[in-house]
Amino acid sequence: MIEIINLSKSFGDSKVLDNLNLTINSDEAMVIIGRSGCGKSVLLKHIIGLLRPDSGQVLMDGNDIAKMDYKNLDELRLRFGMLFQGAALFDSMTVGENVGFALREHTDMKEDLLREKVAEALGMVGLKGIEDLTPAELSGGMRKRVGLARAICNNPKIILYDEPTTGVDPVMADAVNELIIDLNHKLKVTSIVVTHDMVSAYKIATRIAMLYKGRIIAVGTPEEIKNSQDPVVRQFITGASKGPITENGG
Amino acid sequence: MRDMIKKLGQRTVNFFIYIGGIFHLLISTLFQLVVPPLRRKEIFTQMYKVGVLSFPIVFLVAFFTGMVLALQSAYQLTKMNAQIYISSLVALSMVRELGPVLTALVIAGRVGASITAELGTMKVTEQIDALETLAVNPVKYLVVPRFIALCVMLPILTVYADFLGIIGGYLIGVYKLLIGHTIYIKMTFDPLLFKDLFTGLLKSFVFAIIICIISCYEGFRTEGGAEGVGRATTLSVVTSFIMIIMADCLFTALFYFVFP
Repeated sequence: MIEIINLSKSFGDSKVLDNLNLTINSDEAMVIIGRSGCGKSVLLKHIIGLLRPDSGQVLMDGNDIAKMDYKNLDELRLRFGMLFQGAALFDSMTVGENVGFALREHTDMKEDLLREKVAEALGMVGLKGIEDLTPAELSGGMRKRVGLARAICNNPKIILYDEPTTGVDPVMADAVNELIIDLNHKLKVTSIVVTHDMVSAYKIATRIAMLYKGRIIAVGTPEEIKNSQDPVVRQFITGASKGPITENGG
Repeated sequence: MRDMIKKLGQRTVNFFIYIGGIFHLLISTLFQLVVPPLRRKEIFTQMYKVGVLSFPIVFLVAFFTGMVLALQSAYQLTKMNAQIYISSLVALSMVRELGPVLTALVIAGRVGASITAELGTMKVTEQIDALETLAVNPVKYLVVPRFIALCVMLPILTVYADFLGIIGGYLIGVYKLLIGHTIYIKMTFDPLLFKDLFTGLLKSFVFAIIICIISCYEGFRTEGGAEGVGRATTLSVVTSFIMIIMADCLFTALFYFVFP
């Protein structure tokens, strides 16, 4: 279980997270929605310890991530897999090297077995046999899926997805959504997805949380969010330009 | 007035943050240097990129500098009928000063810029964050191989530059100024002492650390897409140049008193 308690983070004069509270249960698919630039990715980076909070805590099974030393933090990170917005594949490596990176770095696995694991991970995302391609040779959707294969290759317990459907066409977006649902069932992992794509959110989520002005203003099942009477939530999920959310209002 | 003081204060704070960041990266690198494993393959790849691929440009710069140095000194020394000292002047200038400094400046421009551009691109495309999420220390993975490669290859390139500068001077001295071959060689090596070579190599080792740490630091703090990468690369080269010249001045003064 991940508990986020009174989390605050500022960059210069801009307060991105402001006493944010959220609990994410094991094995659920939590989708965090909010406008672009509202701090969703910043929240995700706090969960995996890439950013340290100004105040507040992120507790992973009761342990404060910000207070962990590098060794414990690295051990914790190996329980996570993360899909970045732009996939963040290593340009200097092939697809196979990218996917097997964590296993090669942290285990003494023999090369044959490692290749099998890489092929298995690529098979799970529907990209068998592309181990020798370089990231530059892949389309946007393929890059995302290779990023996902890299994230799942070392059997994580929690997968973080940063805008998994941004920048891909609707058909590919739906394929990515299906893939996430499929992986949740197959791998029995906790998924935390940040997105502003409501189609994706409704499809993937067991619960949805809305981030607005640095705080979580609503949490509930997709049905509860759909029926929310909160004007901010309503405006966001219907995509209306008029309402309490202004252009600069986060 | 108040705004000016505020700006000045902000710049002073930023300056100390920058210096702090540089030293923090240097200490992290030295620490990670002794933490196993050393990535031999990556170190050799970097040595090839830093060193082997730099041989042609160092050749051109050092060779022509040696020739120019011989011609320029001949301009004055022939008036005093002292052409014989051209060889000593070229050799000492190359080994003590121009070899280390010119090589460092060339490498800062060629290699430092490429390190910053590569790491900066990795930063803005979140590849460095990805490394951390995969529990790999970016300093260990990215900085340490470059640090070792530069610290080994820059002194080697410096010796190569010293040699080529002397060859350049020799060609001008012997074939243009008609100084005898034997006397030219004798006057090249007679005044050269071990301390001249040692201080030159020590300087090049310090320059290697400067180039590596500044270019990696600028890469790591790159923000703002392609424009940010361009800005970081320029800043990296300019800062490295300034730091190399400052360090050169400091070490030359130090050696002047320590090894008079």
